[in-house]
This record gives sequence, C-alpha cells and structure tokens, in this order.
Amino acid sequence: MAKIIVNGEPQEVELPLNLTALIKLNNVEQPDMVSVQVNDEFADRTEWDAIQLKDGDIVDFLYFMGGGQFISICKGCPKKTDF
Amino acid sequence: MIEFTEEQIHRYSRHILLADVGVEGQEKIMNAKVLVVGAGGLGAPVSLYLAAAGVGRIGLVDADIVDISNLQRQVIHFTKDVGTPKVKSAKEKLLAINPDVKVDTYYEFLDSSNALDIIREYDFIVDGTDNFPVKFLINDACVMAGKPFSHGGILRFNGQTFTHLPGTACYRCMFKEPPPPGAVPTCSQAGVLGAIAGMLGTIQAAETLKYFTGVGQLLTNCLLTFDAKTMQFRTVAVRHRDNCPVCGSNPTIDHLIDYEQAVCDLKNHEK
Repeated sequence: MAKIIVNGEPQEVELPLNLTALIKLNNVEQPDMVSVQVNDEFADRTEWDAIQLKDGDIVDFLYFMGGGQFISICKGCPKKTDF
Repeated sequence: MIEFTEEQIHRYSRHILLADVGVEGQEKIMNAKVLVVGAGGLGAPVSLYLAAAGVGRIGLVDADIVDISNLQRQVIHFTKDVGTPKVKSAKEKLLAINPDVKVDTYYEFLDSSNALDIIREYDFIVDGTDNFPVKFLINDACVMAGKPFSHGGILRFNGQTFTHLPGTACYRCMFKEPPPPGAVPTCSQAGVLGAIAGMLGTIQAAETLKYFTGVGQLLTNCLLTFDAKTMQFRTVAVRHRDNCPVCGSNPTIDHLIDYEQAVCDLKNHEK
C-alpha cells in the first residue's frame, strides 16, 4: 500500500499504479476534460500510461471549466462598436 | 496627477479610506484601462464592480444579444433588455452606475483576426467567456502581447480562476490545448448555479483592482478552485512550464489559432 494525495485528500492505493489507472480509480467522469499535475509538474496526456505513481506523490486533477454553456462561433454576425 | 472633485472624493471614499489604496491607489484605478471579454455571467459582476470602482476605461467584447435564459446569472442585463446586444445593455448599466467611466463596446466575436488589435489598447484583460476556443485565444494573445489577464471558468457548482502576469504560468501551462470537440460536457453535465458566476466574477474584479493598486499577492502560479456545494476553496500550485507551447523558452505557437468547438444545444437535449 502507498499513500498519495489526490486533490488535497490522502488516498491509499495499491502499487504499481499508473496515472491512467488512478484516473479510473477516482471515477473521473470525462478524462478528456481533465488536466493532471503530479508533484506540481504538468503530466502530458500522452504520458499518463507511462507515469507510475509512488508513495507520497501529490496528484491534482484540474478540470476544464467554461461558462456552463457552450455556444457556437458565429462568423457572420454584424459588427458595431458604437452604442 | 488627477484633481479629484468633491464628488469623486465622496464617491470613492471607501477606497480612499483603505490604507493600502488611498488617494494614490484610487488614482491608479482611475487611470486603468481594462478589457472584459464576454458581457455574460462573469463579465457582468466584473464590469459592474470595475465601473463602480472608477476604472477609467472599460472595453466590453460580446457578439451576443440578451436572451431570457441569460437573466438567471447575467445580472447586468434586465428583462427589458432581452433582444438587445449585450454590450449595449451592459454599457447602459455601467454608465448609470458611474458616468465618469469611459466604456468601449465591441459587438463582435474575439477571434484571431481582431484579438491582438483589441487587447493592445488595454492594460489588463479579464476572460469572462464561456468557451474554450476563446479562452485559449485570450491566453495566447495576452502572452504574445505581454499583457496580464485574469482567467475565469465556471461549471455547475464550481469555479476556477488564476491571474497571469508576463513570466508566470499561463493557461497552456495548466491545460496544454482545448479538449477535443467531442469531449465537452453534454447538456446534462453542464449548467451552472447563477450565484457561482457572481462568486467567481467578483474574485476576478478584486484581482484586477489588486493588480492596479499593487495590493497583496495576485493569484499567479496557482489555480484557485472552489466547490460551492461544500464551500471549500483550494489553491493548487502551478508552475510556469519551460516547455509550454506558447510561453515556454521555445514556443511552437507563433500565431493565434481559431479552434472549433462542439455545440451543446439545449433544445435538442434529451432529458
């Protein structure tokens, strides 16, 4: 067993464990919508499988947040700057 | 040196009374030029507080018109404004609060063709947008133009924000690129509690005023997140990445990018 900190909360996990497996273990709803840091270092998505966690690691999931809705990008809208 | 009128001394007395702000700090606020991108959920509280504070010039960018579904959180727009361009509706309110403020309106989308030209006119940029393509565009344009900015994002009961100054971590240091278009939350996962926009927007407004007055520490090299369900606030340390594609030592992004994003259409949403 190893103790790691995930989003500020201690977690006990069985090693070996890679980042992809930790994300699954934490039921992250949409892994595409999360950015991960291990010990304050950005973990590139392409390396999640290769990153093995160890005792004492600090992991943070940073979620993409927009504005609660998603609008289309309209290119042909009128442009006016004087009201 | 600005000569304060009696009325201004009275109007800004609660700032002037603050030992950390005083007349000098208020003068800095009155000389400030701030661009607020998005006159919606975040842009409403941000621009209302900046106008009230006496920020000299406020630019507003938004190509939308007020929709009744906006009124749940975009408190700068009133029921009578439905159908009006958001920048027009917002400008009216800002001038009603403080006629001393100069308000510039840009009734258009910010994209790669206009972002740098618009941003260059201002000292500080506030990201109050609701979509990732524009968030990355604002980040990249501010990094390229050497401008400080405040990032803001809200979703459901959560919010996040950080402040970027040249040389500190940027949005791409934390989120390398936009999520794939198919990965954005579906409607059932989206939505936002109206007051969350106010919570986050007022933090962004406070950061803006701190920047100009030089008071305290800004939210640089960290990401502040909160969950209103538990009212837990957390600050995650984030480092400036030397291999960041836009602010690193060998940037690979040398021009602005217009990303595409999938649309969440509530009308077609299966409950």
